[in-house]
Formats: sequence, C-alpha cells, structure tokens
Amino acid sequence: MSYQGKFRVWRGDDTGGALEDFTVEVNEGEVVLDIIHRLQATQAPDLAVRWNCKAGKCGSCSAEINGKPRLLCMTRMSTFTEDEVITVTPMRTFPVIRDLVTDVSFNYTKAREIPSFTPPKDLAPGEYRMQQVDVERSQEFRKCIECFLCQNTCHVIRDHEENKEAFAGPRFLMRVAELEMHPLDTADRVDSAQESHGLGLCNITKCCSEVCPEHIHITDNALIPMKERVADRKYDPIVWLGNKLFRRS
Amino acid sequence: MPEVERHSFDVLVIGAGGAGLRAAIEAREHGMRTAVLCKSLFGKAHTVMAEGGIAAAMGNVNSSDSWQVHFRDTMRGGKFLNNWRMAELHAQEAPQRVWELETYGALFDRTKDGKISQRNFGGHEYPRLAHVGDRTGLELIRTLQQKIVSLQQEDFAEFGHYEERLRVFQEFTVTDLVVEEGRIAGAFGYWRESGRFVLFEAPAVILATGGIGKSFKVTSNSWEYTGDGHALALRAGAKLINMEFIQFHPTGMVWPPSVKGILVTESVRGDGGVLRNTENKRFMFDYIPEVFKDKYADNEEEADRWYTDQANNRRPPELLPRDEVARAINSEVKAGRGSPHGGVFLDVSTRLPAEEIRRRLPSMHHQFKELADVDITAQPMEVGPTCHYVMGGVEVDPDTAASSVNGLFACGEVSGGMHGSNRLGGNSLSDLLVFGRRAGEGAASYVRGLSERPSVSDEAVARASETALAPFQAEGGENPYTLHMELQQSMNDLVGIIRRESEMQEALERLEKLKERAQSLSVEGHRQFNPGWHLALDLRNMLLVSECVARAALLRTESRGGHTRDDAPAMSADWRRKLLVCSLDGTRVNVEEQAQIPIRKDLLDLFDRAELEKYLTPEELS
Ligand SMILES: Cc1cc2nc3c(=O)[nH]c(=O)nc-3n(C[C@H](O)[C@H](O)[C@H](O)COP(=O)(O)OP(=O)(O)OC[C@H]3O[C@@H](n4cnc5c(N)ncnc54)[C@H](O)[C@@H]3O)c2cc1C
Ligand code: SF4
Ligand code: SF4
Ligand code: FES
Repeated sequence: MSYQGKFRVWRGDDTGGALEDFTVEVNEGEVVLDIIHRLQATQAPDLAVRWNCKAGKCGSCSAEINGKPRLLCMTRMSTFTEDEVITVTPMRTFPVIRDLVTDVSFNYTKAREIPSFTPPKDLAPGEYRMQQVDVERSQEFRKCIECFLCQNTCHVIRDHEENKEAFAGPRFLMRVAELEMHPLDTADRVDSAQESHGLGLCNITKCCSEVCPEHIHITDNALIPMKERVADRKYDPIVWLGNKLFRRS
Repeated sequence: MPEVERHSFDVLVIGAGGAGLRAAIEAREHGMRTAVLCKSLFGKAHTVMAEGGIAAAMGNVNSSDSWQVHFRDTMRGGKFLNNWRMAELHAQEAPQRVWELETYGALFDRTKDGKISQRNFGGHEYPRLAHVGDRTGLELIRTLQQKIVSLQQEDFAEFGHYEERLRVFQEFTVTDLVVEEGRIAGAFGYWRESGRFVLFEAPAVILATGGIGKSFKVTSNSWEYTGDGHALALRAGAKLINMEFIQFHPTGMVWPPSVKGILVTESVRGDGGVLRNTENKRFMFDYIPEVFKDKYADNEEEADRWYTDQANNRRPPELLPRDEVARAINSEVKAGRGSPHGGVFLDVSTRLPAEEIRRRLPSMHHQFKELADVDITAQPMEVGPTCHYVMGGVEVDPDTAASSVNGLFACGEVSGGMHGSNRLGGNSLSDLLVFGRRAGEGAASYVRGLSERPSVSDEAVARASETALAPFQAEGGENPYTLHMELQQSMNDLVGIIRRESEMQEALERLEKLKERAQSLSVEGHRQFNPGWHLALDLRNMLLVSECVARAALLRTESRGGHTRDDAPAMSADWRRKLLVCSLDGTRVNVEEQAQIPIRKDLLDLFDRAELEKYLTPEELS
C-alpha cells in the first residue's frame, strides 16, 4: 500500500531558488501536507511550510500543486497516480519568504482599508433582530477561511504587480459585499467599492470562485451583485454583460 | 549578545484566539497601548476550529433558561470540582458577551422571530448554543479580528497610524517571560520568519495561549497546542491547577492514519447518529452509570422516540457526557469488538435521509469525503477517543484573571478552574469571551495602579537568548522529531484515557529520560523559518507540562471527569474538596494539595439536597 512518491518542491528565499527533487514514502490515505511533513522529519528538517489545523479550516497551507492553487491539507495523494511527479510551489502572487511560505501581508493591508461594520446607533446589544433569509447572503461570504487562494489566482494582480495598489482582490471585494448585504449595516459601500477598492478592474472571469476551497460563489453572489449596485448609479458595460449572462434577483 | 529588537507596551497579550483577542480589545478600550503576539497568522488561531457553538443562557429558544440553570449544568458537567465563582460569572455574563459580538458584526443563525438561534448540546438542559452552522469558531475569530481592525481604523483616523494603540505581531513565538523583583517586566521571543529575537517590555502580560494536546499522539489539536502558556507561567513562578483533567472527546477520526484524531462533532450524535460495535450492537445501553439512570433510556425504542418527543422519553445513551462515552468506546475496543482500524462505528446513514445529513452536517460530510473517502450518507464512520481539551491551567483570581505573579494574567484554555474536572461542549467559547474581557480589564487596572514600571535587565535578555539558541550549539545530538514522537506515544499509552499507578510511574521515568535527552537536541540549518528549531524549543514546554499531568494524575486516587483510574474507579467526596497545585522547583515539578473554597450558600441552594449528596461530604452538607 505504501510506495515511493516523486516530488519536486520549490526551495529558496527572496533572493531566488529552484525546484528540488525528493523521493519519499507515501502511505494510504495521506494528503500532500503529510508528505511535506515527512520530508521535514526525514530529509529536509528546515523545509518551511505554513499550516495549522490540517482539516481545511484555517486557510494556512495554501500553495500550488502541479500549478493549481490548493490547500496542502485537503489534497489527497490518491488523486495522483503513483508514478506521477508532484510539483509543489509557493503561491505565485505573493513574495516568497522561504520555501513554501509567502508574505501575505498584502491581504492584511487590504483588510484594513475596508471600513468596518457600522452598527445602527439606536440598537443596544441584545436588541438586534434579523431574519435567517436576510443573514444568509452575508453568511455565505463569512465562510471564508482567508486562505487567499482567490487573491493568488485573480489575474488582475497575479500578473500585474502594478494593480495591487488599486485592487482589493476578490476576497476583500467580497468583504465589501458582505457588509453591504448585512441587514443592519448603516454605511454606504457602493461608491467606495468602485472608487477605492477597484471593483471596476474585475472582469468576472470567475477564476477566483473556481479555486475557493469553501466553494463560495464569489463572482456570482458577491462581485456581480456589487457591480449591479454600482451600475444602478452609473453605467458599466461589464455589468450589463454580467446581467445578461447570470440573471438573478 | 545577539542583537535584539525592542518594543514597549502597556499590556502584552500572548495568543490571538478568542480569549486573547477579547482581552486585547478590552485593554485597548481602557486606553492601554496593547500588543497581541501569536504563533500563526492573525485569524488562524485554534479557536477557528470550534464547530458546535457558544453556550449562553439567552433563553431565545426556551425562555425557562437562566444563568442559574447554566451554572448548575456547568457544575454538574465538572463534577462539582469547578471554581464556583468562575462558573457563576461565566453563566451570568455569557449572554452579554454574545450580544456584544453582534455589535462587532457577527452573524449567528436566527430563530423565527429574528433572535440568535440556540441548539441542544450534551449536558445543557435547554437549547443554549449560539452557532453558525458547524463553523462557530470561525465566526468568533473573524468577528474579533474585524473588531480589532476597526479599533485600528479609529487610531488611523485619530493619529494617522493604524498601530498606534493596538498592534498584532503575527508568526511570533514567546519563549520566556521576564520577571524582575517578583513582578512581570516583559516577554522574550523570536520571529518565526527570520528567527530574530525581540524583547517586549511591558508591566502586564496576559497569557491566552490555549491548550496542550500536542503532547498526545491522538489529538484534535493543532501544532500550536504545545502548552507554551502553561510552561511560561510555571517558569515565571505561577501555579497550575487541575492538570490531571484532560478531556478525551469520544469521537475523533481513526482512519486514515494521517488524520487520526481530527474531530467528529458531537452534533452527529445530537442529530441521531448512533454508536455500534462490530457485532452491530448499540453498546452504549450497557454503559449507563448509576447516577444517570433516571435521565437516559435503557432500550432502543425509547431512545429513538426521544428525538421527536423529548418530554415523555429519556435521552439516548449516546448523548451521555463526553467522558462516559469515551470510556465506553475504549472498553469496546479493548474487548475486541472494535472496528477494523481500532475504533467503533458511528452511523448516521441509516438514521437520516442523505439529503438531511448533507444539510445538517455539511462540514462532516465534506471532511469524510475528502479525507477518508467515506460517504457518511451511505456508510458508517469509524471513530475513537481523541485528546481534545485541558481543563487544567493557570490558577487565577476569578474576577480579574490575575495569577499569583504580579502583572501576570491568564484566560481561555490556558487558565484553570472554570470547568472543574470536565468541560461541557460550548462552554469554552463563552469562557474565552467572559474571562478574556475580565483579563483585559484586570491588566489595565493593574497597570494604572503602578507608580513605576519595572525594567528588564541585560542578564535576563542574555539568558533568554542563550536558551533559545541552545539547539544550534549541540552537534550530533538528537532529532527533535524523534523525541516528540516518543513523548506523544508515552503520554497516549501511559497517561491517557484510562490510567493506572504503575503506568503513570513508568511515564514519569520515561519523561525523566526524555528531559535529559532534550538537553542535547540538535537542529540543522539556520534561524530563518526553521521548523526543526521551533519544535526543539516547543519540546521544552511539552515535557514540563506532561510532567505536571503525570504527577498530578498519579496523586489523585479517584476517578472524576477527565481523570479515570482503573485502580481507583470511584469518585470520592473527600477528593472534591482538594485541588492539586503544580509549581516549579528548579527543574522539578512539585505538586501539592490545596483545599477548595467552600461553595457559597446561595449557589448551593440552587441544587436539590439529594443531588448534592452525590458529590459533597456529609460534613459539607450539615
Ligand atoms: C476541533 C475542535 C472543536 C471545538 N469545538 C468547540 C465548540 O464547538 N465549542 C466550544 O465552546 N469549544 C470548542 N472547542 C474548544 C475551543 O475551541 C478551545 O478551547 C478554544 O478555542 C481555545 O481558545 P483560546 O483563546 O484559549 O486559545 P487559541 O484559540 O488556541 O489560541 C491560542 C493562541 O496562542 C498563541 N500562542 C500559543 N503559544 C504561543 C507562544 N509561545 N507565543 C506566542 N503565541 C502563542 C497561538 O498562536 C494562538 O494564537 C473545540 C476545540 C477543537 C480542537
Ligand atoms: S472574477 Fe473578478 S475577482 Fe474573480 S478572478 Fe476574475 S477578475 Fe478576479
Ligand atoms: S473566498 Fe475562498 S478562496 Fe478566497 S480567501 Fe476566502 S476561502 Fe480562500
Ligand atoms: S492547515 Fe488549516 S487549512 Fe490546511
């Protein structure tokens, strides 16, 4: 049941690096993160990787496996053949710190730029009343585990460093949508979505939604509805197209 | 001496889980310049994994609920060993703390009339757990994280700088607390990324570092749970209580090996799941203890009727408290009636329609499908006990969370007392908020009361950096991974769910040898993001904390909650009046008995005399 698997793992730091070959034992039922841990324990004790829960709940272990953005702890070895070479590289959109660990501070910076929940002034704690149907829209977005795989994938910043300044990325545009759709939030977020957070740069390719391990419909349920709200105030051709393609209430 | 980065704050919070973040918010709102230090990224602390919910007697689903009922349930769950003042404050303040989360932006599931919905859980008399599907911990962490961001935005508006009064240092490990002249003066540690050292000067430190599960082989806990806060407190001169009490959750995954221990939520049983052995028998009917006979059904028919008619039937025995279920599973496996991979079967597939299972237990469905190739709508799960939670921790003053060391506070899982010998599900998340807030307030008022601030001596810094660099000095020493595996195996086998004197003696002997070997660990590579080095430093804490667990467990010759002895199976009312207190004497752990403070009369009056007789001595009752 166990076999010797072939791995290529990117090793290096901000000054450069390369793929390194390893042959390592693989046992039944294991995930890629188990193999990385086995490498640490047997062949490369200083191999850097970020992880925490090992159950797909914390969003720490994001990387690219054979070029696809994935969580290392939720990628089973049984999805590969025994003779396949498995290549593990760090997320490409963020600067490398070491090996598989990247500097994700971009995301924390963007998080801070979004004005926080603004509660109604006249409600005391305990007086909040909301219907389940009304909270569900924002609840979907709050399933986000902040793995930043969507941020890593979105072409607006993946290949365009220069856009990072103006673009919050799918995760944080979704945060704007979450607050906009919060039944009791009192702030107006529509104009700032477009003007401060770069919603206009998104051309609804849905690549972000495809990689989301929580299967959140980022584009359909957050970005397009936000674009629609912007369009209600201002004409935007992409929304017009979006409306035609994905009609929803 | 290597170069050391320096910072100075009013209050340092070590830990960014629910307890640490709530404490930091409070300290900052009291005007303290506050720093939060955490080992992983901000927003990824262990709290994120909590599933079931937060217990708070809001009475939204059943208006008969009140803090008094919650208090009673908590004391029963802990088999009356709880610090009653903590249990009282917890039950009284939990609703306020949950409502406050809504003002920070939390979105809990709702009742029909738009209030926060509450669900049933083991040991809670009424539906009491506020929740968001089965991802309540994520909601809690994200909400507190976003509240911190909002406070930083206020500072930006006022000072033009986000981190003026509240700063998070992430991927940072504290290795030592600095104590000068009997009071806290700061903390020392390293950036995980670069390995560079940092000294924080601060008159008050709040420990909120969580638990110790990584000393056990099979655990639901992550790598962060190396007992750092417990060990830091001991080394700073504080005391730990109740370290013998460890909660083994009855249902962890047992297969595949790489996910062994990962939690299977109690909601599976709450929603109808049943436990069977290889003979296909619902064995829990054979394990109903005498004290619970009037509350649990002794036949399948009645147990099954309970799900639809709770007023006229007794509960299914699968919903007994966690310690009872964990022991029962353990006995079945030992008797040779276990499943192929050494657990028992937990089956919901024959109990609910597939669609219903997917709707009610989405993350369990996902977890088994992705990690074990098991479709829980069609097949049973294999489950077994897993080390889940430590009831023991830093002894604190209930009202202010202050430890016995001036300037040192503790809250959350790292503190002890609140849960007695066994914690009820849902009572941890509420504990984090109630005592997190109190710790923040306690630290702020301590700092305000100081006439002058302690300063950190150069020797203290030199000593701390020497300790941290030791693993790089030795050559040809042992691999920390090997030592860690041996420690986990020993604790699992010898101080696990069922304990015996001879085995615990052996555990202590092994720990002694491991301690010696740990003196000469060696690690390869450099200080930049080096997991081997990190583990070498964590091992020091795990060994110390494991010794506390083993020594206290050896001394307590009774069985109660999370401490079960084969050679002393009964619960003893005399032992209820005693706490075992660990302190550090050089490198040796000392354990002493300490008398419990008698329960306040008006709180005792909340119980029937007949019930109290099960727990208290005749002397206490007279
Ligand atoms: C799978 C699972 C499910 C659970 N479900 C529930 C539930 O439904 N309801 C419930 O009430 N409870 C539940 N619990 C228990 C509960 O989640 C934990 O007890 C609680 O979250 C602990 O919170 P905390 O704030 O004390 O610590 P944590 O959230 O663990 O945070 C500890 C923090 O301390 C930091 N830290 C530790 N050591 C150091 C160091 N040396 N230097 C710097 N930082 C350090 C860590 O990085 C982390 O940020 C569950 C537990 C698990 C494992
Ligand atoms: S849909 Fe928008 S945010 Fe998502 S990947 Fe495409 S451009 Fe980026
Ligand atoms: S939206 Fe999905 S992909 Fe993006 S950070 Fe959140 S969980 Fe990850
Ligand atoms: S380790 Fe938490 S998501 Fe992979």
